[in-house]
Amino acid sequence: MKKPIKGLGSIIILILAGVLPLVVNHDYYQHLMILALIWVVIGSSWNLLAGYTGQVSFGHAAFFGIGAYTAGILYTKLSLSPWWGMVLGGFSAVILGFLIGYLCFRLRGPYFALATLASGEILRLIANNWSDFTEGMVGILIMQTFVSKLPYYYLIFFIAAACIFVIYLVMNSKWGYYFVSVREDQDAAASLGINTTLYKNVSLMISSFFTGTAGAFYMNYMGFIDPSVVFSLHNISIQAILVGIIGGVATLWGPAIGAIVMVGIQELFRTAVFGLAPKWVSQGHALAFGLLVVLTILYLSNGLVGDWPKIKKILFRKTVQEK
Amino acid sequence: MATIARILILAGVILIGLPYALVGIGMAMGTMGINDLFQMTQTIVIGVLIGGLYALIGIGMTLIMGVMGIINLAHGQILMTSMYVTFVSFKYLGLDPYVSILITMPSLFLVALFIGRYLLDPLIGRESILPENQVLMTVGIGLCLTEIMRFIFTSNYQSVRTSYANKAYYIGSVSFNYPLTIAFFIALMLTVGLFLFLMKTDIGRAIRATAQDKEAATLMGIPQRKITFSTYALGSALDAAAGSLLLPVYYLFPDLGGPFTLKAFVITILGGLGSTVGAILGGLTLGVYESLGATFISMGYKDAVGMVIFLLVLTFMPGGLKRVTKI
Amino acid sequence: MSIFEAQKLVKLFGGLAAVNLVSFKVEKGEIFGLIGPNGSGKTTIFNLINNYYPLTSGDIFFNGKSIKGLKTHTICHLGIARTFQVVKPLARMTVLENVTASAFCRVNTIKEAQKLAYEAIEFCGLEHYKDQKAKGLPIGLRKRLEITRAVATQPELILLDETAAGLNPKELNQAIELIKEINRRGITIIIVEHIMKVIMSISNRILAINYGRPIAEGTPEEVSRNPEVIKAYLGEEYA
Repeated sequence: MKKPIKGLGSIIILILAGVLPLVVNHDYYQHLMILALIWVVIGSSWNLLAGYTGQVSFGHAAFFGIGAYTAGILYTKLSLSPWWGMVLGGFSAVILGFLIGYLCFRLRGPYFALATLASGEILRLIANNWSDFTEGMVGILIMQTFVSKLPYYYLIFFIAAACIFVIYLVMNSKWGYYFVSVREDQDAAASLGINTTLYKNVSLMISSFFTGTAGAFYMNYMGFIDPSVVFSLHNISIQAILVGIIGGVATLWGPAIGAIVMVGIQELFRTAVFGLAPKWVSQGHALAFGLLVVLTILYLSNGLVGDWPKIKKILFRKTVQEK
Repeated sequence: MATIARILILAGVILIGLPYALVGIGMAMGTMGINDLFQMTQTIVIGVLIGGLYALIGIGMTLIMGVMGIINLAHGQILMTSMYVTFVSFKYLGLDPYVSILITMPSLFLVALFIGRYLLDPLIGRESILPENQVLMTVGIGLCLTEIMRFIFTSNYQSVRTSYANKAYYIGSVSFNYPLTIAFFIALMLTVGLFLFLMKTDIGRAIRATAQDKEAATLMGIPQRKITFSTYALGSALDAAAGSLLLPVYYLFPDLGGPFTLKAFVITILGGLGSTVGAILGGLTLGVYESLGATFISMGYKDAVGMVIFLLVLTFMPGGLKRVTKI
Repeated sequence: MSIFEAQKLVKLFGGLAAVNLVSFKVEKGEIFGLIGPNGSGKTTIFNLINNYYPLTSGDIFFNGKSIKGLKTHTICHLGIARTFQVVKPLARMTVLENVTASAFCRVNTIKEAQKLAYEAIEFCGLEHYKDQKAKGLPIGLRKRLEITRAVATQPELILLDETAAGLNPKELNQAIELIKEINRRGITIIIVEHIMKVIMSISNRILAINYGRPIAEGTPEEVSRNPEVIKAYLGEEYA
């Protein structure tokens, strides 16, 4: 269930990731890296709730969006710097999480998934229509504090590292055992003394906190949000699930890998392999991602990390045959 | 007989009784007048007509859900694809959308059969951490369909203007929009056809049996896997028909699928998972109340109606209308 | 004061009384058996005790205090553990992880929980399988895993639900030995069983029920000679 984190490997990854933006000192690539890190946070958070605790949320956009809007509204309504949203965004997401948890956790399986999906959509509709409070479809625009992308990079890097570290700690504790027990068999878990409702909510709290924080970061970094972007069913909620699947659910580094792969593939296609491939390739970046999803579910159902042994075998077999 | 009576009474209460009651309350409170009463009749008529289309979409989804036990999150995208096929038939073959049903239903039936056989079937019984594998596969499929259509047609809005698009038929002062009315009757015929199919044919009975109890059906010699992906194809074919019927009255663009998938599952949840009668009632209800929302509140809140219904059902009546109609 | 008392338990499902005015007391350290034909309500009674189903009426006392309406996990913390008739292993976790998860009922760190888990696993004889995934175990070992998990929660009372069904004779004897050993450690046991050999040989007292109602209570010999019991199992002619 939980392999001991290869301490040295993780430190190397952290150092590399920390140094990367200094080496690749180009705005465009730094933007991609920041994007990837945002998805590391969203994907890992989703994975804690869905992959480890078995509650497959189809509405994580609700938490991302509310974090983003907390930051934005603090600026538009209270004239506070949106940076306050970085602190408060996570907490408003947690409060929303309690509400959604209360409504949805009584449901199981597909009903739970649908209920979370609806929650995300309802928030989008509220944000769209409550113009007095949220500026509606027009969205919120702020002045970005920094011109350079470096501070933003290190901030989201810190959040992502903290997120993964917290998940690591949690999964290697009593809570981790309890989360997986809830996933495997809720009724058996209750008979073993596990307060399933409590632990589902704990998992949700952590998951929503980090997702909300990522949302607040997004507000500060991009400078502009609107309901169709941050509460998007397809671009946030479902994307989070796909990141988890491609990387591997219920693994620590899976969503991180999935995030990098996703951003990478989409960019690869959008730029038509950086200009090397014919123009029409760039139109198909989302299609490429869709195909990747279909193929991953069919052949690598545990994701790149989860099915790594399988992948190694296929690659290894090829090299042996070459000999 | 009692069941039919119960269903009709329920339909009457929800579709006619409740809206008029709301107007009555409004009039008593002084916020609504006699004009609104007339508006209400027109609003209900529009709602029922489009509700017929919604019902068709809902039946497709609930059939799939009943037999396969999965939420087909590609349902809206199948609808969208069918609309594009209809669009092409109209633009390049000059075919009236309603005639295009003869093209869209079989072609999307085959596409769905392929999807069911090669993409969904392999996942059954496959060991995975997330039980929602099939559902997520439909997400991937929906994504691919959307992007393929965008690739071919770009994101531009398309529409179709038939010669009779603006004509209407009048009963008293209530207008029945031609395209919608024709669509409603075709949807009605398809629904009746479906019922006959499910009740009278062997395959239909096999489908119902599988929906009730997969294992028992297998023990009775029903090829479960074949029935499963055939049902996916059947549900998608009904969806495709709805697409052709919808094109004359709706704008078409690649991202159309999402909102309609949402509508489809609101209808399904409202009607009760697996209940075709429930889906019909659910579709009509959604149609009427969206219409009410659009007329009396604002266009923007039309989509919210579905979400509100969804929340209400989940909170107060998780089994859906099926609990009351008992089919 | 008896360690456990069920008072006039009633459970209605719609109009059907699955359990109809069942009362019994269990003394500390006893093995109390619950027998009855298929569908007589035995497992339902267990489901009522740990609030898997809510009671329609009646009351349940554990160590003198009412546990009616308490959440299932609270009842486990109070000291009542149970196994399930249709076994519920935490499939993708190993045997060790399964038992560790239940050991967390009493402790909070992984080290302590694993220590308790190892003890329980050794006690129940599953050491060889501790790193195997639960879903790969044969039925006999899965049933033993159910018992091991229950033992790891350090209960005062264990409810064993048909732990012997589906076992071959050798496994059956091992199961009986294990249950006796658990009892010797001071844990009170209420056991639901079909297989006469098991229940007759280990129970101190037995309650026989049929159609949700009690029909006989007493020592194994007394109950087996009771004409009502014989009628319920074998039919009129044998009474």
